[in-house]
Order: sequence, then structure tokens, then C-alpha cells
Amino acid sequence: MKVLIMGCGRVGARLASLLDEDGHEVTVLDNDVYSFRRLPSTFGGSALFGNGIDEEALKKAGIEEADIFVALTQGDNRNVMSCQMAKHIFNVPRVMCRIYDPLREEMYAALGLETISPTKIFAQLLREKLEAEE
Amino acid sequence: MYIIIVGGGRLGYNLLKALLNEGHEVLLLEKDPRICKTITDEMGSVCYRGDGCEAATLAEVGTGRADMLVAVTGDDEDNLVACQVAKHKHNVPRTISRIRNPQNAELFKILGVDVTVSTTDLILEAIEREVPTHPLTHLLKIDEKNLAIVDVKIFPESTSVGKTVKELSLPKESQLALIIPAEGNPYVPNASTAFKANDQIIAVTTLETEEALKTALKGM
Repeated sequence: MKVLIMGCGRVGARLASLLDEDGHEVTVLDNDVYSFRRLPSTFGGSALFGNGIDEEALKKAGIEEADIFVALTQGDNRNVMSCQMAKHIFNVPRVMCRIYDPLREEMYAALGLETISPTKIFAQLLREKLEAEE
Repeated sequence: MYIIIVGGGRLGYNLLKALLNEGHEVLLLEKDPRICKTITDEMGSVCYRGDGCEAATLAEVGTGRADMLVAVTGDDEDNLVACQVAKHKHNVPRTISRIRNPQNAELFKILGVDVTVSTTDLILEAIEREVPTHPLTHLLKIDEKNLAIVDVKIFPESTSVGKTVKELSLPKESQLALIIPAEGNPYVPNASTAFKANDQIIAVTTLETEEALKTALKGM
């Protein structure tokens, strides 16, 4: 499958290399080329410099052919905006959006975006771990 | 009216002042405590420190009873989210967003923002208007009707000089409203009005036929 990942931070780079190992066609987009250092030397996909909330940059990164779009930048609002572009302008079949703020996450989930809030999940995970060991 | 402004930059600050002067109840949301203090020192308690993109902040300032939210931060993504949260979480009837990238106008419309104002386009047009060789400038865009009011100049070398309105093949979606001659008073043209060099033509046109109107008036 063709996967476009926006944001080459720790999570973005790791997801990119995992999907690459599984044989998917992966492109990572970031507006800071320095972040591409996180990709392993074995990474076989492409790393592209560009702003993920710019239609032209998304087209260059091949969003029109992408099966999956994942937004993993540090900014919730950037993620939300790029995902809505992917979904409503480019009709990407599957769009996944990271939103740290649980309130915003719930709202965009209600609006039909597939969202993940690391804040919610991690807090939940910690609670389970801590309470299990009591 | 109760109006919420998101973003306390130069635009937000001046908008706050203008709307307060018109007698509205206005509250400005700004993340930066220093900017908040400056505004509060000058204008009283009309500035609230907080992130206007957060549903919680918007709830604290009673966004549910706001008539309008205007997002004027320097980042398009922040303005979009502020408007969407206001609209979907707090049912604000009218949301207005500043955009820096003119391409975002269409996206924001699809996503439910009522009005977008492209500061980049506005500045570009203002400058183009001052370039003497620029044949067509926008005076006003009426987005709901897909119309624009434009100002077209007739240059002395244009082949339309001396021709009448009916002799030119003007697009039927465009209407010539007024001719401002180089000298003398403005007048309303009719089919047999002839164009003169340096006439300024005020026309109403759809956005699609704007190019055709420009070409027809410029001549070949």
C-alpha cells in the first residue's frame, strides 16, 4: 500500500521504517530536513521536504495516489488541517490523525476523522500498569 | 453582539478596538501573557489569556452565547481549528477566519468556516491597483454570489478605443455599470456608448468570465 506520513519525529520515523520493512511504499514529509536523520539507513522509502498543510507540497508527495495518510507533527492543529485536506480534497481512503488534546480529539472523531490521542491512551496505560501492581 | 476574537497580533488588536468602538461586547483570546497584559492595561478586561483553539478555553469565556468568532492569528491551521471548535462544539452562528495562504479559501469553506479573508490577496490587489499597466483590479468580491466588482482600464493603444459596447463581444455574465472618463463626470454606459482612451470601467462580472471581460475590453 502507498502510505504518506506527515512529520518525521520519533513516532513518524519509526512508523515509516516499520511499514517500509513490511513492504509498503512509504513517503515521509517534513518541513525540517534535519528530522530525516531519524530514519534508519536501511529505509527504502522516500523522504521529502515540504509543508504538509500546503496542497502543492502534498501533491508532490503523491497524496493523490496514497491509500493511507497519517499526520504526526507536533501540532494538533496542523495535523487536523492536513488530515481534513487529505480526506475532503484528495479523498484519501484512510486518514489517521494524531491529536494530543483529548477534547479536540473527541470533537474531530465526532466529525468523522479517524483520530488517536496519545495523551488519553498513555494515561490509561499508566493507570492500568500502576493499579495492576497494587 | 457578543464577538470573540482569537489572536492578539496587530490585526486582532485593531479589530478589538474597532468593534469596541462600535459598541459591541468583545473578548480577545491570546496565549501570550505579555500581549494580554498590554491590552488589559490599555483597554480594561477585554482580553482573556488562553488558547482559542481549545474547547475548554472557549467554554470558559461563554462561547455558547457568542454571535460571532473571528480568528486572526498568523497561522491558518490555528484559525481553522478555532472556527471549527466554535462552530461544532459551541454552535457559534458565524465564524470568520483570516487566511495567509489564498489556496485555503476553498478548503475552509468545505470545512464549514463561514467567511475567509485572505490578507495576502488583499495586499496583492492593493499593490496591483497601483501598478499603472495593470488592466483589471478587483474592487469587491461577493463570494456568496460568485461575483466580483472590477475596475478595468482602457489603454490608449487598446483596439477597443472608439468601438461601442455592442461592437465588443462582452461575456453576457458581465455588466458594465459605470464609465469614469479621464476628464468629466462618470456616466452609465448603454449599447451605443463608445470607449475612449483612459476610460475607467466599473463592471460586475462572475469570477469565471473575468478573463473574457478583460480580453474583450483590452481588444486584440
